[in-house]
Amino acid sequence: MSTAMFGERVQRLADAKLVRGEGSFIDDIPLEGALHVAFVRSPFARAHILSIDCEAAREMDGVAAVYTCDDLGRLDILMPLLIPHPSLTEPRTQRPLARDDVFHVGQTVVMVVAIDRYTAEDATRLIDVDYEPLDVELDLPAAVQDDAPRVHPDVANNVAAHFVQRSGDPDGAFARADHITKIKVQVDRSTAAPLECRAVAARYDSVTGELMVWDGTQAPIAVRGGLASILGLDEDKVRVVAPDVGGGFGQKVFLFYPDELLVPYAAMQLGRPVKYIEDRNENFIGSAQERTQIHELELAATKDGEVLGLRDVFLHDTGAFIPYGIAIAQVASTSIAGPYRVPHIEVEFKAVFTPTVPITPYRGCGRPQACFAIERAMDKLADELGLDRFEVRRRNLIRDEDFPYRREGLLFADGLPVEYDSGQYGRALDMIAEAIDLDGFAAEQEAARAEGRYLGLGLGFYVEGTGLGPYEGSHIRIHPITGKVYVNTGLSCQGQGHETVFAQIAADQLGVDPSDVIVVEGDTGAFDWGVATFASRAAVVSGNAVHKAALQVREQVLEAASNMLEAAKEDLVLDGGKAFVSGVPDMAVTLAEIATASNPLRYAFNEAAKTSTQFAPASRHDGPALAEGAAPGLEATDYYSPPHAAWAYGVHAAIIEVDPGLCSLQFKRYICVHDCGRMINPTIVEGQIMGGIAQGIGGAHYERIEYDKEGNPRNANFMDFLMPYATEVPKAEILHLETPSPLNPLGVKGVGEAGCIPVGQVVASGVQDALRPLGIAPLEHVPLTPNMIFAALGGESED
Amino acid sequence: MTRRVRQTLAKQSNDPTREVSLTVNGEAVTRRVSTRLLLSDFLRHELGLTGTHVGCEHGVCGCCTVSLDGAAARSCLTFAVQAEGATIRTIEGVAGSDDVLHPVQQAFHECHALQCGFCTPGFIMSVVTFFEENENPDLSEDAIREALSGNLCRCTGYQNIVQAVRRAHELMTTDEGA
Amino acid sequence: MKPPLFDYVTPESVEDAVAARAAEEDSVLLAGGQSLIPTLNFRIANPAMLIDISRIDALKNIDVGDTEITIGAMVRQRQAEKDDAIHRANPLLREVLLNVAHAVVRNRGTIAGSIAHADAAAELPAMLLATGGAVEVRSPSGARTIAAGDLFVFHLTTNLADDEMITAVRIPTLAPNTGWSFKEFARRHGDYALAGICALVTLDDAGNCSAARLSACGIASTAVRLDAAEAELSGGALDDAAIARSAKAARDAVTSADEGQASTAYRRHLVDTLTRRTLTEACARAQQRRAS
Repeated sequence: MSTAMFGERVQRLADAKLVRGEGSFIDDIPLEGALHVAFVRSPFARAHILSIDCEAAREMDGVAAVYTCDDLGRLDILMPLLIPHPSLTEPRTQRPLARDDVFHVGQTVVMVVAIDRYTAEDATRLIDVDYEPLDVELDLPAAVQDDAPRVHPDVANNVAAHFVQRSGDPDGAFARADHITKIKVQVDRSTAAPLECRAVAARYDSVTGELMVWDGTQAPIAVRGGLASILGLDEDKVRVVAPDVGGGFGQKVFLFYPDELLVPYAAMQLGRPVKYIEDRNENFIGSAQERTQIHELELAATKDGEVLGLRDVFLHDTGAFIPYGIAIAQVASTSIAGPYRVPHIEVEFKAVFTPTVPITPYRGCGRPQACFAIERAMDKLADELGLDRFEVRRRNLIRDEDFPYRREGLLFADGLPVEYDSGQYGRALDMIAEAIDLDGFAAEQEAARAEGRYLGLGLGFYVEGTGLGPYEGSHIRIHPITGKVYVNTGLSCQGQGHETVFAQIAADQLGVDPSDVIVVEGDTGAFDWGVATFASRAAVVSGNAVHKAALQVREQVLEAASNMLEAAKEDLVLDGGKAFVSGVPDMAVTLAEIATASNPLRYAFNEAAKTSTQFAPASRHDGPALAEGAAPGLEATDYYSPPHAAWAYGVHAAIIEVDPGLCSLQFKRYICVHDCGRMINPTIVEGQIMGGIAQGIGGAHYERIEYDKEGNPRNANFMDFLMPYATEVPKAEILHLETPSPLNPLGVKGVGEAGCIPVGQVVASGVQDALRPLGIAPLEHVPLTPNMIFAALGGESED
Repeated sequence: MTRRVRQTLAKQSNDPTREVSLTVNGEAVTRRVSTRLLLSDFLRHELGLTGTHVGCEHGVCGCCTVSLDGAAARSCLTFAVQAEGATIRTIEGVAGSDDVLHPVQQAFHECHALQCGFCTPGFIMSVVTFFEENENPDLSEDAIREALSGNLCRCTGYQNIVQAVRRAHELMTTDEGA
Repeated sequence: MKPPLFDYVTPESVEDAVAARAAEEDSVLLAGGQSLIPTLNFRIANPAMLIDISRIDALKNIDVGDTEITIGAMVRQRQAEKDDAIHRANPLLREVLLNVAHAVVRNRGTIAGSIAHADAAAELPAMLLATGGAVEVRSPSGARTIAAGDLFVFHLTTNLADDEMITAVRIPTLAPNTGWSFKEFARRHGDYALAGICALVTLDDAGNCSAARLSACGIASTAVRLDAAEAELSGGALDDAAIARSAKAARDAVTSADEGQASTAYRRHLVDTLTRRTLTEACARAQQRRAS
């Protein structure tokens, strides 16, 4: 299918207001008379609550209400377990406001509602909570021991879930292997840290009984359902809108954060709008985090480096609660063999409670951890066998003729088989080898060493299961007055350019300019069948739903136009917002006219509408104006439900210079080859990849959420949690490879998370390669800081 | 559900206030404010200029950047009362009076230098003041990245923002610019 | 993260400022606010009164004399950074300032404010130590000068009395035949340094080192002079061996404990590297100065 807009670098349609500062982020939305929320949060990682005294706060000027768990009525519940799983034998979820116990520093204990945020914060300081602190264990391997202090008293060894998956016959593979490589790797906790913290505002109309909630969520439909259910309201009385949202990266797809329930509740209770604008400190101690995993991985290989089998046992830190289930660990475990055939796999994990901020997906969702583990292992295998690391990869990559490649026995996070649908893995590796100029680099590396400079080549290959179901839908209507195309989906956008790429898809079928396509999503009042924005699925699932709905509308347009122009449908062209017989553009009907004409009218509202009225020349007088089974207007709704995930992939390489005097590193070149199937808008794809790479560099070299031994956050601010500025992120060259996915009509795969997945491996392998002459110990822990590089070089070395 | 009587809520009696007069986007403004009101909150909620965003309130992310007496300043690290007599320009004051985009705004759009748009006003103010301070700016990769350092972006990875700075300079110095 | 309530006064003279400070013990001086206001927003600091000295014109002067540069307490860092007269008189200051935070912070922050704040990792206190500068202070009982070596007591603590306020910072001009250098290592551009070294090296007619002043930030509970490192240089030739000895001696000045971002051993390594590099650069610049 050759298309006009698909694949084009169409400039974004969302920018005009954003560059003017006219976006509508939640705190920008004027809410007359709104009250503001602040929380009293636990200062202890684990403690009994002995008493709470709110009296002074309640009496303070400017305070409207103070809530503890005793003031919540039907909201004093354990919040829903979102994704149950048979292996999740000890699910524990959070309460909106703590009752009897607190489980992490930052957990919400008391909610204050006041005239403004300044006053609300003042009031929180008047609230006296008496705690009895309990012992804690933050270290994962120690936390699973029999004698470790328990986060939840009835959960032995702090293990929430224990899951083993097998594909093929791993025991057999290990028995016949010539060589076994063992490695232990660790990835540390990070956080999404979107520039806009979370925010919720609510207004209850007691006359209509309607609850309006603005929530910076990636899942407005899911939030709506939960709110209706928990508050005991009809779903159609609850409207959730995600307006402009300043980044999500997974942190905002979780439900429910306490404020998402409490703010609407307070609005209903107090009869005034209520808003909660999370501050940065709260984002660090109250909003979800991710990444901590410790993998012990073994590869069973032939002496030629062909990997027959893989065993991986890992600990996954799930924080104080596990409402999101085992999704991240499951994604990690099913991505553990990466792009390699590895026909026999055994992967086992334990999800472990620690008294810390709960874990939910952060861009990558377990894939960065899995990629780090397998790629470090492949490098180690290459080293032990004396093979080149490109060559070892070449020998193991899934071959073009192997697709579709199924890993029998592994179920992905969507509950469906792991089946890699398509790809050209070998070609991608060739492309990066050529782009980086391996021979040239080898010479450059040697020359540098002679000068006492240390250059290294980092390399990391990743796979990314994308486009999860269960489904998404799209509704499209062409409006009769303006002729513009209105598209709705059940997603919400946090900057990914949905309004542009979905417009491109619709524009192709309907022959309009993308700027005449208006995408409205993130509003349960506009469309409320769907799931959410996460897991690199928007282009695949909503994109194809938009495509399918657009095909239906196209058919309606052609049908109606063929009547109006008295021409055969096959002879018609849709272009420039009009329909005309091919070669006769001057005799055209506009989409507005077609839309008007396809709606039998009694009352004309403009000149064009007159032709649709009951006595107009073209009107029929011999039966119902609207035939049985027909619908007025140009409108359709359709859905797309993927058969299983579509697997994108790619490979990154970087030339890194390490200064052993400072143990600092500098990127000399960063190259990325990626394949996300057919690209709808290459500019937007590159933006997603570049943003992912920047977060990847954060996770590889800078960002670690730190807790001390008592569970106190040590760097809950931007000064001490180091997110990279422009000076810390290199320029990246992005090379595209497009292997269409056979799984969906558009041939697309997701790309939202791609950039961040292999970066930890790229940095670790690059630094290791650079400092090989200095005898550096293996680098198997990210983020890799200069301090760690120093230690790996031997520590106390005299220069 | 109990319906409560609509409450009138008093401010705290010991909340010191002061009158402050300043110029914002060319308009003279006088307001009586709490002495602890941050300039960022003053602009957003007192004046309704919500284009200036708040990302951290401790001076690291740059989302709150405005032009204060001609120089970039973090409005979250300034009290409104400190701006007595000051001349402030926010993102809302950047486009031309005919609402034509400033070359920096135009360049950000052309170069896909924004995604969620939350950090964008802060970046644009930083870049606008950068050009106003530097007649002949060094536009090498390193120099531009250093000029952008001090503003965080979580979406774009900065590459297109660097491009936008170059493109903005092009628009401002060639016939392409207005 | 909103600040707590405080009273706020805007004195228009040094006398009034000093009087306000003396009258309210639980007060703090507000100059640029770039260090103070984050502590208020985090509610780590909770003073009863803020004394905003930004309206005091007498504090806004820069005077570049033959032997000394005097910078009033309300002079913004960026203003000093761009001042060509200051740069000619002592180029070290601009070099150090370019490493202080980001330009946007330097637009508001003041030289005196950073010195009064006395963060152990801050660059300007180290610069003051290396140059042998001083601060002028005023109190209700009068004025005095505190030499840099006497000023810094502990992290975030100077030996200013409660009723004293800095009115100016004095920095000696660069001596003849003297080279300068400042280098630091920070995790990100603009961050506080894990370690920073300031070096001033003077050569005699024979090209040997007649004077060396070295200081460091980020490695102890205050900015510190590197006495042992200086001792390795005096009188002798500034060759690689001498520089290496000096750098090695500088390691012992590291007294900070192991931290997440930097173990003590790693900091010593940084100090060694940075001392070498600053000495090498300072020496080269000194030779250039000698030659011209």
